[in-house]
Amino acid sequence: MAQEDFNMSEVKIVDARDTFCPGPLMELIAKVKQAEVGDVLEVLSTDDGSAADVPEWVNKVGHELLSNEKVDGVWRIKMRKAR
Amino acid sequence: MKILIVGGGTGGSIVGNNVARRLADELAEGKVEITILSASDRHMYQPGLLYVAFGQMTPDQLYRDQRSLLEPGIYFEVDPVEEFRLDENKVKTRSGATHDYDILVIATGSRIVPEQVPGLKEGAELFYTEESAVKMFKRLSEFQGGKVGVVVGVPHKCPIAPVEVVFSLHDYFKSRGIRDKVDIKYHYPVGRVHTIENVAKWAKPEFDRMGVEYETLFNVKEVDAEKRVVRSEEGTEFEYDLLIAIPPHKGMEVIERQGLGEGGWIPTDRYKLTMEGYENVYVLGDTTNLPVSKTGSAAHFEAEVIAENIASVAKIGTPVRDYDGKVYCFIEAGHDRATYAMFNYQNPPNLKPASKSMHWFKMAYNQMYWSSVRGLL
Repeated sequence: MAQEDFNMSEVKIVDARDTFCPGPLMELIAKVKQAEVGDVLEVLSTDDGSAADVPEWVNKVGHELLSNEKVDGVWRIKMRKAR
Repeated sequence: MKILIVGGGTGGSIVGNNVARRLADELAEGKVEITILSASDRHMYQPGLLYVAFGQMTPDQLYRDQRSLLEPGIYFEVDPVEEFRLDENKVKTRSGATHDYDILVIATGSRIVPEQVPGLKEGAELFYTEESAVKMFKRLSEFQGGKVGVVVGVPHKCPIAPVEVVFSLHDYFKSRGIRDKVDIKYHYPVGRVHTIENVAKWAKPEFDRMGVEYETLFNVKEVDAEKRVVRSEEGTEFEYDLLIAIPPHKGMEVIERQGLGEGGWIPTDRYKLTMEGYENVYVLGDTTNLPVSKTGSAAHFEAEVIAENIASVAKIGTPVRDYDGKVYCFIEAGHDRATYAMFNYQNPPNLKPASKSMHWFKMAYNQMYWSSVRGLL
């Protein structure tokens, strides 16, 4: 499935804006554990560190990074659970 | 007006007591009823479990009779809710009783689920229950040296606990004169030693000074209890002699079973603290799906907002306050020093160097908690 093919309603949003603890990556990891293989999750973060540390974890654990962009001051990082 | 609080932990108790005090006249006149339904007649001070695990407290010191913590006007019953009928403003309990309400507060908390990680229950020591904390202390006291691993499940209650247990391990083995015979290795799920950047910046040099090794981006996948190996989702492994785990958590079963929230966490408005879709249902503490620390501190500050809003709804028909994400966490940096992290949605914590005075403040708070849960602090 191409990146742009999934319906937005199928994307599980992890709204971690304005949060310091547990923080965007920890929130994402928790939600990925609940998700099924193939599910698409998008984390929203106002922490600039997320732009690097979320993709680092996604790649290291073997999931698929779909997009990583800053829109109106919010990082929107989309990934697919691969395993 | 009928106010029904489900859960008698930190959040539920503070809401009940705070509302009872704010609506004392209305309670006395019979215009307001406050009911708390709980699963237990005992109230545990959960942060004390860390001290039990290191032999600094005994389990009996962690408990008070729940009824004794509540304002006299509150009706309290040990009868956990088994069914939420939110569209009818009713709940059904284990005994078969039905309670109706005008305002519902859900404060059912969370539970550990070590079984989600294969081998974790068999291979690791925990300190998130009375029984496991006592067992952990016994294992520690028998330990004469070797490799100690600390691993962290996700999500977990008390996000400061992973670093606190490391500091306590260091001081514990040092006090026994065997620190040089023990290698401590800390494993953490995200890419630094703590999820809060300023806590990580503070803890990392402390770990270095104490000779604690660390591996980040380590999400525990499985434990081979026979071979004493813990493996990560990221493909690494660690051979241990003693493994200590912060177990993963879920919301309570009844929340999941009733379909109120994925993982047992109820979708909650981060400012109003109402359940999505229900203006008369408040949620707080571990029960919410908010991106806020699952701690007694968060429950406490949320409870104060909810209590003020319930009282103002009763008096003027509208809530008056938003929750700003406030959390205050003590951080024990061993057995004689501590610091703290205070933050909200907008302001990150700014950590001070650990001090003995802050440790003694924490020791005092361990007793002051009982005033706090009565809604007096």
